[in-house]
Amino acid sequence: MEHLQVLVVVIPLLAAPLCALLPGRRVPWLLATTVSWIVLWASALLALEVREAGVLTYELGGWAAPWGIEYRLDAASALVQLLIGVVAAVVLPFAGTSAALEIAPERQGGFYAALLLLVAGLLGITATGDAFNVFVFLEISSLSTYLLIALGRDRRALTASFRYLIMGTLGATFYLIGVGLLYAMTGTLNMADLAERLPAVADTRTVHTAVAFLVVGICLKIALFPLHLWLPNAYAYAPSAVGALIAATSTKVAVYLLIRIVYTVLGVDFAFGQLAMSSVLLALAVLGMLTASAVAVNQPDARRMLAYSSVAQVGYMVLGLSLASVAGLTAALLHLMNHALMKGALFLAMGCVAYRLGGTRVSDLAGLGRAMPWTMAAFVAGGLSLIGVPLTVGFVSKWYLVLAALEQGLWPLVIAVVASSLLAVAYVWRVVEIAYFRGPARDGVREAPWSLLLPTWVLVLANFWLGVDTRVTVGLATQAAQALIGAAP
Amino acid sequence: MTLTIGLYNYWMVITLMMIGLYTMISRGHLVKKLVGLNIFQAAVFLLYISMGFVRDAAPPILEPGVERYSNPLPSVLILTAIVVGVATTALGLALVLRIREAYGTVEEDELHRLDNEF
Repeated sequence: MEHLQVLVVVIPLLAAPLCALLPGRRVPWLLATTVSWIVLWASALLALEVREAGVLTYELGGWAAPWGIEYRLDAASALVQLLIGVVAAVVLPFAGTSAALEIAPERQGGFYAALLLLVAGLLGITATGDAFNVFVFLEISSLSTYLLIALGRDRRALTASFRYLIMGTLGATFYLIGVGLLYAMTGTLNMADLAERLPAVADTRTVHTAVAFLVVGICLKIALFPLHLWLPNAYAYAPSAVGALIAATSTKVAVYLLIRIVYTVLGVDFAFGQLAMSSVLLALAVLGMLTASAVAVNQPDARRMLAYSSVAQVGYMVLGLSLASVAGLTAALLHLMNHALMKGALFLAMGCVAYRLGGTRVSDLAGLGRAMPWTMAAFVAGGLSLIGVPLTVGFVSKWYLVLAALEQGLWPLVIAVVASSLLAVAYVWRVVEIAYFRGPARDGVREAPWSLLLPTWVLVLANFWLGVDTRVTVGLATQAAQALIGAAP
Repeated sequence: MTLTIGLYNYWMVITLMMIGLYTMISRGHLVKKLVGLNIFQAAVFLLYISMGFVRDAAPPILEPGVERYSNPLPSVLILTAIVVGVATTALGLALVLRIREAYGTVEEDELHRLDNEF
């Protein structure tokens, strides 16, 4: 059991090549789904353990830190890991039906292998306590994402994937430069060790440059406005299951990485106090919330609309973390979890639509309220959560975000959050109106099969369950925020 | 002297980095973009390897009588990064091939126009 911390990453990593070798469609899918459930079980156990112990450490190969690679799990990383586990365990069963239609038969094994690699890469970023190891896992997850996006049915998936490849590699290489400069100054790559040695050399131009490279690189991965241009097409034209998985996890893991670098490695006093980075992030977050929401209103494709909404929602998270308070960080972590649940549900609902219609153009959704009642009900429920209606998770995190802003007397931020939510009402309503109040659906359009509806509704119900019973999520997020702020020198 | 000759490697890092970035931004041909990306990454490899250099030091192989060794860690790290770079380039080129099959062009402007036609 002591090895669980590393096994949660190693199991999907080892299962991936096995998946690629397995023949047919059913067998690789079964293996991938089983692995995703094992990951969920392991990450849940680890989260429970972290709740008791605070921090878990594991030395890879028995090499002591800072020489060896250390795996380090605290409340924040356990929370993100659990989130990846939940989303993967829901999306992989969904992929069984949707990928059977969208992916060529001879590519099925490779498809599930890439999905598992993506999950392993994301888990690795959260599991490790080594700054260079993060780069390796970042590239594992990114490379598999480029591949998965390119498997989309629309040819625009190819250009989207290429654009993401260029931008994503640029971001990861910026991160690599930042880590290299920090290593040059401190001689260590271990995050905890870096945090100890940095203050002595913090006031040098090399470290300032390193911070700039690290933050810009990670913000490219987060798709923080105005570095978001790769995201909309990538999410919109990827295969349905892939779109849901990356929309729910990829940018969230990047946000987690930013929190980790700013709060654990650099220390919040240095990064936000001395370098005044918070005002830059704050301004970009607010701009992103408003512009991306406004652009989402006029998107002709429903999934592209949701992707723009993701850019806006990432703004909420960055807004929370740049407030540099326990309340702000709690809100950021809460929204990180909650947004994954709602966007996951919405993208899965659109996946059901794409399964029957072959696409998600908003004008094609007419009449679906009658033809696909369960699917559209899931979309409406997810949309309510996105807007932030009480009793949904969206309300919980926005509430905490508003409280955190008010704590510092930042009234304009509250107005920005409300304005962005109103724009969310506009773009969700546009889809609802066409689906429920416009002409009949195309002939022969039926409700999606239950194998797609079940995973979708599991996430939808999670939106309401965790919106009412907030003990687990708020508890974990608060614990993580306190540990992160307390750990800062 | 030290500023120009002593830091020669680092000047080259900056020059290569800028050439790579400029190529990626200014060129519309997708393969040229990949070449730019490769030059950019090579600059970072050079940055890391230069960091490991220690003046008057022996290669990092244990030998009696030698006290000063170069730092082997940056080279090892960059070995990993090179592998990642090769994988990225391979995937990028494969994508360019698929784009060429699907669109009949690999010029960014035309791709943009074709994408917005639907």
